[in-house]
Amino acid sequence: MNQEIKPLNVLIKGLFVFALFNLVIAAWQPNVGQFSLYNILYPGRERLPFGENPKQSYNLSLFDLDAMFASHVIAGTPKTDDEFRVVIVGDSSVWGTLLKPEETLAGQLNTDNLNACGKTVRAYNLGYPTISLTKDVMLLSYGMQYNPDLIIWMTTLDAFPVEKQTSTPLVANNEEKVRELATSDQLRVEADDSNFEVKNFWQKTFIGDRRAWADFFRLQIYGVMWSATGIDQVYPSEYEKAQTDFEAEDSYHDLTAPLTEDDLAINALETGFRVAGETPMLLVNEPMLISSGVNSDIRYNFFYPRWAYDEYREIMTSLSQRNDWMYVDLWDVVPANEFTNSAIHLTPAGENLLAENLAPYILENCK
Amino acid sequence: MALENILILAAASLLWATTFRNHGRTWFMLIASVVVIFWLQPAVPIRGADFFTPLATLVLVVLTWFITADDATRKQRKNIIILLVIASVVLFLNLTRFLPADFQLLTPSRPPQLTTTLIIFLVTGLTLLVLSRLTRFSASFLTVSLLLTIGLFLLIKIPTLSLWLSSFLRTLSGQSLTNVSINDFRWLGFSYVAFRLIHTIRDKQSGRFPSVDVVEFITYVIFFPAFTAGPIDRLERFIKDLRAPFAGLNLENFYSAGQRLLLGLFKKFVIADALALIALNDSNATQVTSTFWMWVIVYAYAFQIYFDFSGYTDVALGIAQLLGIKLPENFASPYLKPNLTQFWNNWHMTLTQWFRAYFFNPITRWLRSWEKPMSIPMMILLTQVATMLLIGFWHGVTWNFTLWGLWHGLGLFIHNRWNDATKAKAAAWATTPAKQAALNISGILLTFHFVAIGWIFFALSSPVTSWQVILKLFRAH
Repeated sequence: MNQEIKPLNVLIKGLFVFALFNLVIAAWQPNVGQFSLYNILYPGRERLPFGENPKQSYNLSLFDLDAMFASHVIAGTPKTDDEFRVVIVGDSSVWGTLLKPEETLAGQLNTDNLNACGKTVRAYNLGYPTISLTKDVMLLSYGMQYNPDLIIWMTTLDAFPVEKQTSTPLVANNEEKVRELATSDQLRVEADDSNFEVKNFWQKTFIGDRRAWADFFRLQIYGVMWSATGIDQVYPSEYEKAQTDFEAEDSYHDLTAPLTEDDLAINALETGFRVAGETPMLLVNEPMLISSGVNSDIRYNFFYPRWAYDEYREIMTSLSQRNDWMYVDLWDVVPANEFTNSAIHLTPAGENLLAENLAPYILENCK
Repeated sequence: MALENILILAAASLLWATTFRNHGRTWFMLIASVVVIFWLQPAVPIRGADFFTPLATLVLVVLTWFITADDATRKQRKNIIILLVIASVVLFLNLTRFLPADFQLLTPSRPPQLTTTLIIFLVTGLTLLVLSRLTRFSASFLTVSLLLTIGLFLLIKIPTLSLWLSSFLRTLSGQSLTNVSINDFRWLGFSYVAFRLIHTIRDKQSGRFPSVDVVEFITYVIFFPAFTAGPIDRLERFIKDLRAPFAGLNLENFYSAGQRLLLGLFKKFVIADALALIALNDSNATQVTSTFWMWVIVYAYAFQIYFDFSGYTDVALGIAQLLGIKLPENFASPYLKPNLTQFWNNWHMTLTQWFRAYFFNPITRWLRSWEKPMSIPMMILLTQVATMLLIGFWHGVTWNFTLWGLWHGLGLFIHNRWNDATKAKAAAWATTPAKQAALNISGILLTFHFVAIGWIFFALSSPVTSWQVILKLFRAH
């Protein structure tokens, strides 16, 4: 063993093994996201993983839909004969920014212990904190494997602009899933959409894709803290309330009055209904803050000038009637003081009010 | 040390060992160590402090060598050359202030003006000149330097004094006191430097100090693999390796060092960093809702601190081995020991050996030398508690480190008494291998849990929160 070492040889051999490992990963692309410690070692999460401050929220954002759903309680809850399964899709207002899991819409519906046609209503929160119809459809498409009895799709005008459909990171990093929807359910996606993050071969190697691998492992590890604390987001003691005074400005996404169906990603909405198939789906225009501050005669809130939102509501009503969609417009059911840091984020009392408004529709749609 | 720091240092050591072998190895270690103490020093908000603290380390080390070295070694002409080389390295680092910010890679922030550095050199040089005129150093020099080192140590470990020091340095650099904080001033590696210096001063006082030149002494005190997290080597052992001819790396040493390094990296950056996400800390201590999960995060902390610390030790041993230096072991499966005494003989071994040699044994000897010595149990209680309290204070002079020291001091005392009382009975009972194994396993479990509960004081900053965690562990809250 007293041989002279040749560093170059050692280096070359080491690099070779390392390169081979990376090439195997790139070529194989193992679908590790399906394997999860959630629902086995620790309880599933009540909402999809999302977090910008993992060390405090014990939660993080990742783009692997398999891993996201595998960590959700719905993946570990077999549907029983006496369960009336409701899935709720939508944006951060559904996910529940600043709300504890039990305070969200899904949480409040579960607390209400509704009984629909002799079955216990169990609502699952499949909301995700970005606003895009295509993102909702993608998550709904994934969620359909869990056999919902009713889908509640909470939406708002800001999910409709065409340019927002694929720009949200969750969609941009899941091109394959979105294109599958284009093939199977006629979702309109540009062939050369530049929003998609396309991984080249090198980005699929272990080193190139190290962020995704690290995220997967961190999600598993944070399961301990989720189980130990029930915390999955940071709850600041103080936050800035949603804006109620505005500039005298009425533009909306480079669109001009009158708003038409062509201005909006109606195709994504239609795709959602195609994805739902025979499963009843309730489309809901979600509550928003109606401000009474400076220039509130021009704008309803930070998101919407009055003209655009009013025309959007008319379009939604006419679309639903034409397509025979189950649609409910709850835009003004929550008073302004029940919003938190955004024109669509509700307080626990606001969510409770919303749940009370939605409960009758759930009971009506059981079989 | 971050991963990139470790990889760069390991690569540089490997390159040197395989390319130059014994040629200039000591010089390489010296210059690399001088650069590394500036390179690893964290940035601090006080202007220039992150440059002057490593410089202060160097000045302190040189002065300590000067008063501990024997007369013949001190008067060697080569010392001047060595000190000039070190000064040149520091000046070079200081001159990088004129490089564009992107190229100032060896210091945590832009180095300060040259003037202050030159003044420090001048004052140090004049001090050495004055000291060199003395034909003989009196014992009081050693006592003063010992007190100075301990004083500096206390200055950075006692929060009130640290705050005062931060305020003083902020005032000195003309900065506002509005945002003054104890975190303003961080002296990387000083805990270890101070212990190596105290060791050499005490050995000099007791006549056990070996004759070493300034290169050997500085390299020993700030040896870069062990600078930030130990182990605390002994000078006479270190110079034996340093003076031994180094024929370059053979395959056996390379594998052994590489294995140690990789094991250390795995322990620290995979296991410890993963456990850190779920380990007990000030924020999650009050968030955990159940007894079961509280135990889980306490266990996570116990293993995180072990893998973190022993991982760094493995890294240090691996890099040092590449250069032909065999640093002492610091951990020997401490969590698998059947009693607390054995735990402390195998946890941070070089620190406990240091305390045994320079505090526990002398104090015990002194207590025994009394005309009317106190009872043995009382003596054991006093020495164990005092030693563990000091080890606690080494980590920081706070209430929680005091409680941690007290916990272990009392634990060691109780184990000592228990062992005395039950040794014969236990031996009589454990007559079969199964009974011996049962005794051993129950000892391991008990010791581990005692240590794990002790970590609560170590991990948290408040005694109240620590008590709440303990209550939750036992369902009392």
